[in-house]
Amino acid sequence: MRTIFYIMQKEFIQVFRNRMMLPIIFLMPVIQLLILSFAVTYEIKQIRLYITDIDNSVASRSLLQHFRSSPFYQIEGESKNAAEGMENIRKGTVHQMICILPGFEKNLAKGVPAKVQIINDAINGSAAALMNAYTVSIIGNYNQGIIAEAVPEAQPVVKINWLYWFNPELDYKTYMIPGILVLLVTIIGMFLAGMNVVREKEIGTIEQINVTPIKKYQFIAGKLIPFWIIALFDLAAGLLMARFFFSIPILGNIFLIFLVASVYLIVVMGIGLFISTVTNTQQQSMFLAWFFLVVFILMSGLFTPVESMPQWARNINVINPIAYFIRMIRMIMLKGSGFQDIVKHLIYLALYGITILSLAVWRYRKTT
Amino acid sequence: MKRFIIKEFLHIFRDVRSMVILFGMPLVQVLLFGFAITNEIRDAKVSIVDPTPDVVTHAIRNKLFASGFFIESEILNSQEEISENFRKGESKMVVIFENDFSGKMERGEHPTIQLIADASDPNTASMLVNYSNGIISEFNRGQQASSGFPLIIAEPRMIYNPALKGVYMFVPGIITILLMLVSAMMTSISIAREKELGTMEVLLVSPLKPFNIIAGKVIPYVLLSFINAISILLLSYYVFGVPVKGSIILLLAESILFIILALSLGIFISTIANNQQTAMMLSMFAMMLPTILLSGFIFPIENMPEVLQWLSLAMPPRWFIQIIKSIMLKGSGINYFWKETLILAFMAMVFIVASIRKFKIRLA
Repeated sequence: MRTIFYIMQKEFIQVFRNRMMLPIIFLMPVIQLLILSFAVTYEIKQIRLYITDIDNSVASRSLLQHFRSSPFYQIEGESKNAAEGMENIRKGTVHQMICILPGFEKNLAKGVPAKVQIINDAINGSAAALMNAYTVSIIGNYNQGIIAEAVPEAQPVVKINWLYWFNPELDYKTYMIPGILVLLVTIIGMFLAGMNVVREKEIGTIEQINVTPIKKYQFIAGKLIPFWIIALFDLAAGLLMARFFFSIPILGNIFLIFLVASVYLIVVMGIGLFISTVTNTQQQSMFLAWFFLVVFILMSGLFTPVESMPQWARNINVINPIAYFIRMIRMIMLKGSGFQDIVKHLIYLALYGITILSLAVWRYRKTT
Repeated sequence: MKRFIIKEFLHIFRDVRSMVILFGMPLVQVLLFGFAITNEIRDAKVSIVDPTPDVVTHAIRNKLFASGFFIESEILNSQEEISENFRKGESKMVVIFENDFSGKMERGEHPTIQLIADASDPNTASMLVNYSNGIISEFNRGQQASSGFPLIIAEPRMIYNPALKGVYMFVPGIITILLMLVSAMMTSISIAREKELGTMEVLLVSPLKPFNIIAGKVIPYVLLSFINAISILLLSYYVFGVPVKGSIILLLAESILFIILALSLGIFISTIANNQQTAMMLSMFAMMLPTILLSGFIFPIENMPEVLQWLSLAMPPRWFIQIIKSIMLKGSGINYFWKETLILAFMAMVFIVASIRKFKIRLA
């Protein structure tokens, strides 16, 4: 035990001695959480609209008035020339163009369906679908208005109402911040702890440790525990900020979060350590770790819904520790899920941690 | 100078493991992400509360589940079970039918369908509600039968991406991120490594000028990254069917410019960092999240608060993503993005000059 303590002491000294590293470990996560949390939103605040009203009649103006008065639309330009609108879309200054062709009013009067073209810049497919739905629904309401004037009793057969639970205001920050917290903890766990061993390898100092009577498990425990503590410390700071700065509710038990985090850190540190036992230089191990990290992050459901991924991709997530942690921390913080609700995931994670860590210990050789 | 570049090449190619990682990983990532990442909704789990199932509620349910957006998760017996269902994460939305649904409809009353969405994921929640709303409204319209009134028909057209494929949005983003991070990481680590292992001293006492050392470090990696860029582009064209509507030569030229920018950023980082670990943490930790989040890769920049929109102006990937989207998807020429190109060139200049100056101090 004392041996482990000495190694830990050495590690702590090495971390705190490095003036460059300190702010990276302690300040950067806080700053990133502060700034980036505001960036993650799919919510469309304003649709930049171009109006091409070739008909320019009473009817077309009355329809367009609905767009002009809506705060969701910002009219970027207007002309009778559709090509000009297309040019604006191409330049990227406009998202959507509404084009009312000649004969609009005449058709309406004759009872022939009158057409309105909506042209969307669809490179961002999901955003385009949303903007389009918005515009179509405004036109739909306008239609309903026409019908209601003619036949007042026409009413929808089935009524719909809806509720948003857990986050009635649909605040995206509430959803993202727990996820970003996970990331910050991960980077510290996986990189700092894991890369530490390969660094000693590359510089050659590992030889000196290898010739001492320090046992394998002591060495690894001494290497990992300091970063385990640092990462949990960062998590605590992040949670405090989430709670008091962003006023994110923490509905569940905070100790449960730390329990999950402790198990989770064992997994990521195990992965980091395993990577550093199969590589020789820091460069190799960093690339490898970086590769897994990026794959894990983007597939974890942090930014995009997991349910939308094909089945095989969801199968890959079985070995994705970030996916487990993100799911659990969101359940605990936002929905107040208790131990029974997450115990299944937690057991998987624990088994995963034991497996990867024993693999890493087994791969680590004291002789070179 | 020439020999120095050869030395760098030898360093890189000798290390087979790093080579495999360098070339293999970006490809694997593009494949994985291209297939897996999408922000469309598919197969969201939906539970049903239907106390008195009948023909009408079944018809509506079938309509919902036939859309492909939802799959049926569970039939709940009462509203009380909803909260547990959500807490366990077993469904994303619950559809609640009123008692005696078809009976009420026949009597001319208007029965209600209630949608309760798990909004701990607000984006998915609002999309689910929107979709089901649309489907049920369509059902309503079918019931109302056609009224012979003049109607306005909306004719939507989706240009540049008619099938609304998510890959169109993600592939340019992934190319950018991979080029940016891999290039910056590679160079920053390579210089920091010479420092850490002590071989930097040897370079510094050699007659090579700082400019030569930096150029020698950058040139091999420009080539490597360029090969990476080409292979990613080939993949996205042949596997994902992302078109290149504009000029390929222009696309490659812009890629080289962006690679040089990323590499010079890497060199700049390495002149600040004193060892590989710091260099790596800076080029990765400090850069990864901003590159992903502030570049418009996943989240549209115009939705962000003003301050962040300003901040994103300083992010090189933001400009590059705009450029490649214009070339690949819109088929635009240089006259549409000469400004973006100039900005990238300017940023590259700044980093190169800054690192040469920083470098001199070390020489002294």
